[in-house]
Amino acid sequence: MDPVSILLGGFASGMVLFIVSVGLSVTMGLMGFVNLAHGGFAMLGGYVIVLAMKHWGLPFLPALALAFFAVAAFSVLLERLLYARLYRAGELDQVLFTIGLVFVMTATVTLGVGPETQVVQLPDWLRGQTDLGFIKYRTYSLALIAAGTALVIALWLGFERTRFGARIRAAVDNRRMAQSLGVDVGRLFAVTFAIGSGLAAVGGGMGAEILGLDPNYPLRYLVYFLIVVSVGGLGRVTGVFYAALLIGVLDFVFKIYFPKGGTIFIYALTLILLLWRPQGLFGKRGI
Amino acid sequence: MITKRKLTLALAATCFAAASASAQTVKIGVVLPYSGVGAEFAQQIDRGMQTFMKLNPNAFGTYKIEIVKRDSKNPSGAEAKTAVQELIVQEKVDILTGFIYSPDAIASAPLATEAKKPMVIMNAGTAWITNLSPMISRVSFSMWHSGFAMGEAAAKNLKAKTAVVGYTDYPPGKDSLDAFKRGFESAGGKTIDEIPLGGPGQVPDFTPFFQRAKDRKPDVFYVFVPSGDHAVAVMKTYNALGMRQAGIKLVGPGDLTPDHKLQAMGDDAVGLITIHHYNADLGNPQNKRFVESWKKDFGAASTPDFMGVQGYDGMAAIAHVVTTLKGKIDPDAAINALRGWKYDSPRGPISIDPRTRDIVMNEYLSELVKSGGRLVQKNLGTINAVKDMCKELQEGRCK
Repeated sequence: MDPVSILLGGFASGMVLFIVSVGLSVTMGLMGFVNLAHGGFAMLGGYVIVLAMKHWGLPFLPALALAFFAVAAFSVLLERLLYARLYRAGELDQVLFTIGLVFVMTATVTLGVGPETQVVQLPDWLRGQTDLGFIKYRTYSLALIAAGTALVIALWLGFERTRFGARIRAAVDNRRMAQSLGVDVGRLFAVTFAIGSGLAAVGGGMGAEILGLDPNYPLRYLVYFLIVVSVGGLGRVTGVFYAALLIGVLDFVFKIYFPKGGTIFIYALTLILLLWRPQGLFGKRGI
Repeated sequence: MITKRKLTLALAATCFAAASASAQTVKIGVVLPYSGVGAEFAQQIDRGMQTFMKLNPNAFGTYKIEIVKRDSKNPSGAEAKTAVQELIVQEKVDILTGFIYSPDAIASAPLATEAKKPMVIMNAGTAWITNLSPMISRVSFSMWHSGFAMGEAAAKNLKAKTAVVGYTDYPPGKDSLDAFKRGFESAGGKTIDEIPLGGPGQVPDFTPFFQRAKDRKPDVFYVFVPSGDHAVAVMKTYNALGMRQAGIKLVGPGDLTPDHKLQAMGDDAVGLITIHHYNADLGNPQNKRFVESWKKDFGAASTPDFMGVQGYDGMAAIAHVVTTLKGKIDPDAAINALRGWKYDSPRGPISIDPRTRDIVMNEYLSELVKSGGRLVQKNLGTINAVKDMCKELQEGRCK
């Protein structure tokens, strides 16, 4: 087997996981909210893209941008109306609430659009194969790798090197102290939540080529999102990045060499990793 | 004299009773996945049944039928079994039909035997399903119909020496693998790898599996996946990985080229070679009439595929049973009525094998070509009156 193409394939599926999960890491880690409806926002993003491309003839990239803003705006609405009431509630309440929300989203999409899988029509320049000189590989996989890398750099800079990022980290570490220093925590969380959901929407659209897109999407991939976030460590953007790559590559390799084993390796690996380091591979102790 | 008159009266009374019994409504329980990943298949079969009723308004004569529909949801078989139980116990149906996924039919078969309810299978293609209950008759297909024939055709018509098989990991997938392998190897080919492609419940990312197949460099890559969304993803991945350019021919049963998804596959699918018992481009007059009526009722964008025609033929089979038994469904008589039944279907002439209760029909070897701006199935050859080779060869669980 050709190790370069295996690595590229694994990186690409890891990048998809990263793009979809990083928003969850943001909301769950930074805000301490167990948001299991995260995949729901990813699905909604995917549908916005498919429908906008089909009915309005929007090209792929503008459709991605539209999905980001539409879902971010919608999520702020939900955050202000619903989520904000549960910030102080117990984890079980948050879990029940967000799972309920997933069911509502799934049923709404089934009713409105239909139960079938949606196909995202990629533009011609993202299809087929690209010659890298030493190897020819699927263009879309290469594009995913580039997009994922750009995203992780942007997020890292945003959270670690800007005032906005510093405020979020401060509010998470000590909400009352941050508030008394004049940080509008409510607004900050709303913005963070919007960014997290918007990223999910973009991930849903970009990943549809590989993960598919149908009303059962949020629940089907929930386990994968949670694995990536818990292995990567809550609230750690770079941690999630490494974890997604690790899981993507390992899953890919196992599927090539042991297709009969299915997903068992990934689950076993997660089990062992979390027994060894409950805070995640890259997480801080004490979260 | 008096006794004789009494006797005549009694006789008349019995006849009357019999007549009123025959005026009873025949209840037909339909079990299909109306929600979930198989919802599109259920729609195909439903529309096929409706089209039969529309084109043959007198098929049931004066006998009344009532159709009770139940959702079998996911492909596991558990929901289907619950639905069948409810149809038998509460709804007291006379005939069971539907069954898209093999696990649905497999899980329900013991109930049909126990309750003695004739079960007309409209899809589920695992070969040995008909052996599970004497109450089962199948109007759809067995995986061996297409798999075995494709194996032979790959070696003889396509001159392939080596093959890799990819299959969705559940009973019909394994069946299709065995069928292709047997056909291909008996014609002199060699199967060099077998790759399970995950379960039927969701469309997986096929990239790692296809990468493995590509690295083996076979002449043909035979793929069985459930028709529909899986098939679209197969075409996409096959092209994205450049397998065609690497000289690997993609072949498979017609599940890879469902008519209603064909145009969505685009040029990626041109050149694909499949073998199957139906495609919407067949030229016989019954099919022309069928497709025309379908498009009129369900829109020009909707196209019947093999499941649609199986729904149509299933209703034809049930109509034959109901009229033959004069509206009174005796389970054994119903199955006997189906043995040897012949019908001129949109897919060509079909019959039910009296010995196995399974279908006998034509298989069409086709190539996808572009004609007039759309993808059409070009017929490369027809194999007449194909039986389920698994039962003919007494393979494995088909004994």
